[in-house]
Order: sequence, then C-alpha cells, then structure tokens
Amino acid sequence: MSDTPQHRVAAALERIPYARFLGLRAELKGDELTLIMPFSQHLVGNPLLPALHGGVVGALMEVTALTQLAIASKSERFPKTIDIGIDYLRSGKPVDTFARARVVKIGRRVANVQAEAWQGERSQPIATLHGHFMTPETDEPAA
Amino acid sequence: MSDPKPPPASYASSDDPLERVRAMIQFTPQAKAIGMEVTRIEPARVWGLVPYRAELVGDPETGVIAGGVITTFLDTICGTAAVAAMEHPTTVATIDLRIDYMRAAEPGRDVLAEAHCYKLGRSIAFVRAVAYEDSADNPIANVACAFMVNSNAGRKFGANLRKKKP
Repeated sequence: MSDTPQHRVAAALERIPYARFLGLRAELKGDELTLIMPFSQHLVGNPLLPALHGGVVGALMEVTALTQLAIASKSERFPKTIDIGIDYLRSGKPVDTFARARVVKIGRRVANVQAEAWQGERSQPIATLHGHFMTPETDEPAA
Repeated sequence: MSDPKPPPASYASSDDPLERVRAMIQFTPQAKAIGMEVTRIEPARVWGLVPYRAELVGDPETGVIAGGVITTFLDTICGTAAVAAMEHPTTVATIDLRIDYMRAAEPGRDVLAEAHCYKLGRSIAFVRAVAYEDSADNPIANVACAFMVNSNAGRKFGANLRKKKP
C-alpha cells in the first residue's frame, strides 16, 4: 500500500477491533473507498432464511460513511456520529457484502453522508444509510 | 455454508416470555456474538445488556464501544419488544431504524437498553428504545424503528440459499 493520507485511513480502519470483529476489508481506488464484509456465520441475524443481521449491515455502512468522510475531509481521525437512518430494502443473503459512501456536504460543524450496501449487483442495494457526523477537527460535543 | 437447521423446540414456543426471548437470542448468531443478554420482559417491553468487550471497541484510542454494536443491540432488542407485544409470536424484519447518538458509551462498562413496542399493527410494529449505562435519563443513544410483522411468511427454511428463478 502506498503511503498517502487515504491509504493511512484505510490502514487505520483495519486496526479497529470492531472492524476486525466484522472481518471488514478496505479497497481504495483514488479517493473512493469500498468496504467488503465477507460472509461469516457469526454475522447471521435470521438463521432460518438465513439472512445477515440488520445491525451488521448498518454497521458496515456506518463505518464506510465514517471512513469516506475522514478521507474527504483529509483527516486521519474518525468523525463522531450524530445520527444515522437506515432503510432495509432486501434481506442480506449469506454472501459477501459491499458498501460505498458519498459525502454529500461537509459543513463547518456537521457533515452529511449517504451510503449503500449491496451484494450480487450494485443496482440492487440491500440497504441504504444517511447520516450526520461531526465534521472532523471540530470535535465539539454533539449536544 | 451448511444447510440451516430447524429452530430448537424452545424457539417461539415456550410459555414463559423471558425464556422464549432468551431462546430467540441464543438462536441469533450475531446477537450471541456480541454477547447480548435479555434481563427482563413485560408485554411489549424488553430490557437487556451487552457486556463490554475489547473486540467490540470502535476507537482504540479511547476504548469506546463501536456504534455498530449499539445499532445491532438496539435493532435486536427492538425486534424482541415487537415479538413481546404479540399474542401469537411470529418473525419480524427491520424496515428502517433511526439512531440518535447523544454521547459516547463509557469505556469498560456494560451497555444497557430498554425497548418498547408502542404500536403493534397487523403488518407493522413501531418500536423505540434507549441505550444507557445507569439510567435512561442519561442516554447514550435513542432509536426509533419500524418492523415488518410475520416477515418469514411464505418463505421456507433456506429461502436465501436458493437461486432466483429466471
């Protein structure tokens, strides 16, 4: 991996214990990040279908949004989450899941980010997320 | 992946609601993986906790538990509250959820939560929950979510393992 700020963020992500717990991998093309969550039995929420737990799909998208925002704001620290909204569109199959995020706006204090997760086809997302985050470097408490 | 096994007899069949919900958690791999426990149950209300564990940390500098753990915990406990509101328990699936984070969880401490299904319809259940360490008056996060009721209807075991018909 080359030593650009983007790559340092991607490497920092892989040092987060919870990212390892989920088995997340980062792929970076230019400044666009794709996170990959390989299927693993412990990620299942509905063992009958079986389907991924909505919480881990949400977590994948939140981590993607946080990391893409850190890259976009040229910060090596992860922002704080203010709120997230998650829409579940399809049940997550027991296969690998991908996520990308789009930074909609970086304000002086608050940033707006959207993310989506998909499996076989990018055009068929299994879930979407929109969130507000403290703009990195501001670091004032959310309240 | 191996073929899914049918649920144990205790799943959604016990007469004791607390035992039934605990069986649901034991049958949910990701809820077990984060160490989630259900501590108390009343009609439409569930209390639970996630013990602090180093592998769930989201910020290695501070030791604060990851937001994703809170999402998974609150999603699960809200689902169980929806089931706890039902006379005849059935499956639920999250349609959407919205989480507001008031502050970071305190490192080293268990995260508690209580969930309330404040409206159970035929098709949709509405649930809210709050996460905290000591008291709901000092929340870590609030969540509001909607669930589809009887979400497995017409789908057999292993439905997600089959290829779609062309």
